[in-house]
Amino acid sequence: MSDREWLLTEQPASRRQARLGQAYRRWLALRRNGLALVGLGIVVALILVAIFAPLLAPYDPIAGGDLRLDRLLPPSWAHPFGTDDLARDIFSRVIYGSRLTLMVVILVALIATPIGLLVGTTAGYLGGWVDVVLMRITDIFLAFPRLVLALAFVAALGPGIENAILAIAVTSWPPYARLARAETLTVRDSDFISAIRLQGASSARILWGHVTPLCLSSVIVRVTLDMAGIILTAAGLGFLGLGAQPPLPEWGAMIAGGRRFIIDQWWVSTMPGVAIFVVSLGFNLLGDGLRDVLDPKARK
Amino acid sequence: MTALLTVDDLRVSFPTRNGPTEVVRGVSFQLGRERLGIVGESGSGKSQTGRAILGLTPPPGKATAKRLEFDGIDLRDASVATWRSLRGIRISLIMQDPKFSLNPVMTIGRQLIEAARRTSGRAEAKDRAVAMLEAVQIRDPRRVFDAYPHELSGGMGQRAMIAMMLITEPDLLIADEPTSALDVTVQIEVLRILDRLVTERGMGLIFISHDLRLVSSFCDRVLVMYAGRMVEEVKASELAQAKHPYTQGLFKCLPTIEGDVRPLPTLQRDADWAR
Amino acid sequence: MSLIQVNDLVVMFGPVAAVRGVSFHVEEGESYGIVGESGSGKSTVLRAICGLAPTSAGEIRLDGKVLSAPRHPDFYRRVQMVFQDPYASLHPRHTVDRVLSEPLAIHGFKDREARIEQALEDVGLGHGFRFRYPHQLSGGQRQRVAIARALILEPRVLLLDEPTSALDASIQAEVLNLLDRLRGERGLTYILVSHDLAVVAHMCERLMVMQHGQVVEELTRARLQAHDATEPYTRDLLLASEGYRPLTARA
Repeated sequence: MSDREWLLTEQPASRRQARLGQAYRRWLALRRNGLALVGLGIVVALILVAIFAPLLAPYDPIAGGDLRLDRLLPPSWAHPFGTDDLARDIFSRVIYGSRLTLMVVILVALIATPIGLLVGTTAGYLGGWVDVVLMRITDIFLAFPRLVLALAFVAALGPGIENAILAIAVTSWPPYARLARAETLTVRDSDFISAIRLQGASSARILWGHVTPLCLSSVIVRVTLDMAGIILTAAGLGFLGLGAQPPLPEWGAMIAGGRRFIIDQWWVSTMPGVAIFVVSLGFNLLGDGLRDVLDPKARK
Repeated sequence: MTALLTVDDLRVSFPTRNGPTEVVRGVSFQLGRERLGIVGESGSGKSQTGRAILGLTPPPGKATAKRLEFDGIDLRDASVATWRSLRGIRISLIMQDPKFSLNPVMTIGRQLIEAARRTSGRAEAKDRAVAMLEAVQIRDPRRVFDAYPHELSGGMGQRAMIAMMLITEPDLLIADEPTSALDVTVQIEVLRILDRLVTERGMGLIFISHDLRLVSSFCDRVLVMYAGRMVEEVKASELAQAKHPYTQGLFKCLPTIEGDVRPLPTLQRDADWAR
Repeated sequence: MSLIQVNDLVVMFGPVAAVRGVSFHVEEGESYGIVGESGSGKSTVLRAICGLAPTSAGEIRLDGKVLSAPRHPDFYRRVQMVFQDPYASLHPRHTVDRVLSEPLAIHGFKDREARIEQALEDVGLGHGFRFRYPHQLSGGQRQRVAIARALILEPRVLLLDEPTSALDASIQAEVLNLLDRLRGERGLTYILVSHDLAVVAHMCERLMVMQHGQVVEELTRARLQAHDATEPYTRDLLLASEGYRPLTARA
């Protein structure tokens, strides 16, 4: 029996085979969507670049070259993206910057998603005053524009990449809570939830084992689609000098650093800008593809 | 008897990962002004047969036939304009659940008038709409006329739906499980309406159902479908003496109020039936 | 003493009374049917017994003891339910294995492996079905899984809410036979809700007919088979279940 047949069998012989088969079917569905594959390629490239940054970067991202000779050089074979006002190679800085971007994305996803899921499913499943209290708190967070709220947090906590991540995470969970609550409401009264209640399951068990897995896929899709916004917010904070501090090669901060030279030395701001654009696009394409694969409601 | 509808070798296929799969495989019949039942279990292709006649095979499915003629009109390659002049006017379709077939933000009356105006003038349309609601045994037609679909019970909604499908006085009605969502007592009333239309107006009726007992008591002729194929065509009154083991099996496995067979005979499927 | 006793049960949903003063009793080992049309409150009675619908007035007794709200965990080991729609009653992301192991985990059973294999065997599904997802099963197979799930805690009472009305006739026969066999083997007590008089006549020794949240009449199987109903509504149902009868002779 070939691997493919083993994965696609209608009669899996073990838990592991059933789970792998399910994952393989999803992969087959995702593979049919060309744009999603492009997005996946970009995201995988981002991860690889971040991991192998020391091998890929030709120069040191922090220490610059000779300030008299190497300042603000246009793109060339020696410096593919040119150099900035401190004679640092922009290509190397963009490569090292991918580590910061990836860190922001992963940490925000790891902090905001569980909070959103927990708040949303609890509010939706328990209902009553729990729902009212949790959703009003969510509404308060939603009432502020995201960047403004993040700015306020960073202003209170002090500038720095860690605080920027915290601020973004704290401001991005409310939409996930809303989404998870809406999904929970649609499954709360279904027969399979009634059935597990009738077997004596506790509320916590039903929430984590039965309700959350059903909300998870649409929340994952939403988080992936939000990644672009998160990267932009992080870049925005960096641009305003409230995120990553110099000399860290954060893409937003790099754009800010180059804005004085935007007319004559366009590459200083443009190159990190293109990086932000490509990565945001990658996450958006992947998110769209994941929606088709994971979200049963959007399925044709 | 002149044939209202002629179907010869109808096939419906859907593409899958492993090549096209035929869900209807060579169905042929002629329909006059009578009640023809199509019975079969889920997946037998009975609903797809009904949809294919109306050219409503959902894409990417494809329907082909050697002949598919309604009143002398070839339906196989009918143009959009031809379909527009046929669907809902000369051929109507009633589906199982009225909730999906009625527009939720329009009153029943407006939807009826809209349907009626396709064949008659504005002034006449309203009178005909109210008359039609009366004809389908709605006791308070004025109230239903001004009601929205969600304000009606299942039985009422299905009757309003039938009224809408019949207001253009079609020559052919395809009813796909029209009463399965209804209570038995309401079901009988709806069937009575359909019965009257066939006997009084000379309409042709294709009644698609999974309920063998109901079809045998209501229709004139019954086609039995299994795995996309027509396994048998019998007179409804002789269904209990059907020859094909599938039809016999379907009949015997139904519990009855009087009988006390235990365990119930189950259907032993034969791979040959599907061939 | 009856195993289950329902006295003057009232179930209100907001201002609407879905069940209005229903009383009946079911003996140990008996199969009891509740027949009615949609909106008659028949399913609500079942849901009230297992605690999914509120008991607004009246009482429900199991073994002579009034049931508390919420139900004591032990209740679920004695009473289980099978739902109408096999497509809605199984979690779409859980394998059969997970569906069956969940109740065992909740109640702290040790020999889970053996019990799951046995439960699948009992409902006529082999080992090959254990790691399938619901979308890999047909309607009849799903309903068998739902029955296996209900029986895995070895309850004494099974509440059956239209267990076969979403199934094809031939599959219905198989599921009814399965339920019949399991009852004989284990001495289970059934309360079966259905709109189909023939199914109830086949499965139940006694039944009651409900309409508008109230009991119309209670019948034994023998009286139903003899068409010996006193209430006009029951007679209507009996007549309708025979199929269509044209008003006038056909031309």
